[in-house]
Amino acid sequence: MKTLGLRTALVIVGFFIALPASAEIDIKEVTSAGGINAWLVEEPSIPFVALELRFRGGTSLDEAGKRGATNLMVGLLEEGAGNLDAQGFAREAEALAAQFSYSSHGDGVSVSARFLTENRTEALELLRLSLIEPTFPQDAVERVRAQVLSGLRSGLKDPNKIAGRALNAQVYGDHPYATSGDGTIDSVSALTRDDLVTAHKNALALDRLYVSAVGDITAEELGPLLDALLGALPETGAPLVGPADLTLAGGTAVVDFDTPQSVALWAQPGIDREDPDFFAAYVMNVVLGGGGFESRLMTEVREKRGLTYGVYSYLVGRDQANLYMGSVASANDRVGEAITVIRDEWAKLATEGATEDEVSRAKALLTGAYPLRFDGNGSIAGIMVGMQVDGMPIDYIATRNDQVNAVTVEDVNRVASDLLDPDALTFVVVGKPEGI
Amino acid sequence: MLRTITLAIGVACAALPAFARDQVSDFTLDNGMQVVVIEDHRAPVVTHMVWYRAGSADEQPGVSGVAHFLEHLLFKGTETLEPGEFSATVAANGGRDNAFTSYDYTAYYQRVAADRLELMMTMESDRMVNLQLSEEDILTERDVIIEERNQRVENNPGALFREQMSAAQYLNHRYGVPIIGWRHEMETLDLQDALAYYTQFYAPNNAILVVAGDVQPDEVLDLAQKYYGTIPANPDLPERTRPSEPPQTSARRMTFSDPRVAQPYLTRSYLAPERNSDDQKTAAALTLLAEVLGGAQTSVLNQKLQFEQQKVVYVGAWYSGTSLDKTTFNLTVVPVPGLSLEEAEQELDQAVADFIETGVDEEQLDRIKMQLRASQIYARDDVEKMANRYGRALTSGLTIADIQTWPDVLQAVSSEEIIAAAEMVFDKRKSVTGWLTATDLTAEEITQ
Repeated sequence: MKTLGLRTALVIVGFFIALPASAEIDIKEVTSAGGINAWLVEEPSIPFVALELRFRGGTSLDEAGKRGATNLMVGLLEEGAGNLDAQGFAREAEALAAQFSYSSHGDGVSVSARFLTENRTEALELLRLSLIEPTFPQDAVERVRAQVLSGLRSGLKDPNKIAGRALNAQVYGDHPYATSGDGTIDSVSALTRDDLVTAHKNALALDRLYVSAVGDITAEELGPLLDALLGALPETGAPLVGPADLTLAGGTAVVDFDTPQSVALWAQPGIDREDPDFFAAYVMNVVLGGGGFESRLMTEVREKRGLTYGVYSYLVGRDQANLYMGSVASANDRVGEAITVIRDEWAKLATEGATEDEVSRAKALLTGAYPLRFDGNGSIAGIMVGMQVDGMPIDYIATRNDQVNAVTVEDVNRVASDLLDPDALTFVVVGKPEGI
Repeated sequence: MLRTITLAIGVACAALPAFARDQVSDFTLDNGMQVVVIEDHRAPVVTHMVWYRAGSADEQPGVSGVAHFLEHLLFKGTETLEPGEFSATVAANGGRDNAFTSYDYTAYYQRVAADRLELMMTMESDRMVNLQLSEEDILTERDVIIEERNQRVENNPGALFREQMSAAQYLNHRYGVPIIGWRHEMETLDLQDALAYYTQFYAPNNAILVVAGDVQPDEVLDLAQKYYGTIPANPDLPERTRPSEPPQTSARRMTFSDPRVAQPYLTRSYLAPERNSDDQKTAAALTLLAEVLGGAQTSVLNQKLQFEQQKVVYVGAWYSGTSLDKTTFNLTVVPVPGLSLEEAEQELDQAVADFIETGVDEEQLDRIKMQLRASQIYARDDVEKMANRYGRALTSGLTIADIQTWPDVLQAVSSEEIIAAAEMVFDKRKSVTGWLTATDLTAEEITQ
């Protein structure tokens, strides 16, 4: 499919999708002459385009001893490219009023761009330079490295970051997910310009690229623009990492840190998006601790006892691991009680299940809130690229609420019994918690 | 996060879209309630907001945090709604709801399918005047706001530092008191405090309805008349005057130390004029001054301190002119390791002095103005954000006309006016300089 040089006809497959609140999102699947695939929604009413690129892999591709290389590389893409130095690049982008943002995480590298119709070609040429011809000038490397190190130093004294690092280290063993993709002070200090060039080759390649665009552009216009923008990327990048072995032994680990409010994170095994029970688990999570003020955890921990400002649970689906996680923050002398209540609610839902009323309220929340997400070019482009990364069909938007509505109280209670595992519920608490 | 406080730190104010003139309608109901409708028909969704011209700076001394506390309590039920039923009903209708409090306003909103607008108005108009509170609601929710303060402020040395900076900047005005409240006063807030604030400020003649999304203005007006128009105005609504600042005649300095600080930095705030109705020129010049000095990668301070001299990891300048009373212009510098805060401060002062001497680079100003024009296009992609801008401006003493001419006022600012604004605002006698450090510098000096 990505046969370069072979000119194929532009392929456009259209889907009219009726959203529950009767919006229609007309997604076109576009394949450029160069073989780059993209999902497009034409929205000519505002003269700009939101373009989203996602490269699978991300910081998990860091080579041994080079932790933080992908993150630093991504931070340098607009700090020198082609003939432009960092200031030159910024001046061009500002003059065009084009907005580019580049970020990395454990499963991918994300590039978000917004550019005006009136200077679309110039804006995309600038974006192309940053993706294809970054130069990683030494002065820029040192400047951005100093920013990353400053962030790492701050992270060492931030209770939320400390909790995240401690939990990941405990859960993910020797998988890349176990350590921060930002690297450590030592590993980032040791990175060389060559490491960044390698990270660039490893992470940005056609074999892991997903594209979506929304705005003032047609399918016929998009194909050639994508070839010009991305056609020169290498065909393949570094091999992706394999699945993570999870260690969830239960218990509560305390990381001592002198601060008035303890931060707690917890995890147990999650569920794969492909699992037939995924939607039942999704609805169950809204009952337990997802969604809004009505969840059991919010009711019990915040509304009834005033133990926290916020308590949440969430299904975490990563490329190579699935977790069911949660978070809470309570004063040091109250966090113990909060954790007891959370553990009790976890066990209670597993054994006693949810009520018909809770399940129908959770479904109403999920199905009603879904169309609210499609509220702008930028947000629709983000959703569409995420769907592609997750391997969802192009008609997913139309069928998603039906899948939620098909979940019964029996489904939820079966999943609650199978999935919720109070013994595996592993807590990390950062602070000076009393009585834990 | 839920039921949030708007951060006390402002961001540079972006322009409002020129197209707003065509998409925005406004009315005033007989009881004095203002109605603003912003149309966006791309998706069948609506944002329904009620903004009160009352925030933390309207509180009485001694009950700091009561405006925000009451905001939480508005979810606790009315004569016809059980505690929690408001949010549960929004959720059951597939919407989401929340509220936020700042110095100059308190606002409540729901985002929901456009055909549920009437239900939202039924409930929101109900709690404008029919709130029912029990002593028990009060005590549990007071624990919640104290945990909120723990999360936002006590656990974050940067937030504690900013709180002290504001307190040092405002001697007499309530902008010196944190929105969330001083902890010792929050701990004593009671039912009477909350109800006193509620009866004084929650009334249609002190409120603005903003409805944005897939709606027709005449339909919104009909519904607004039916639900909000029937609530009597509060005849005792006080005039909105607050204690004002005395002239600042002496520079103030402070050092805040906390072992949780990993990255020392310094910040300087200068007392500055805000946007005023029919008089936005000075605020526009200050807005552009913040952009020129510290807005983007190519800004003057970034270019000089980060790129040329490599003295700082980060430098920024910002000014938020949308404020009822005097605001601040702020500069922040994070020095590179090895450079002391004292040296960093000298470099900052020198760079600002050099800028005033050299003047504005016209090409840079052109780029900034191009971005401001483009922001009017990008803003049309986010109608919720636009609704927020209207709400903030209207509760800060501005009019619809002020909001709609603001982009033109910004475009008209000359480089001479920017320099004049810099000379006016950068008066050290009207400033507070704060250092945030991990170790107590004063204690070290004593032991040396």
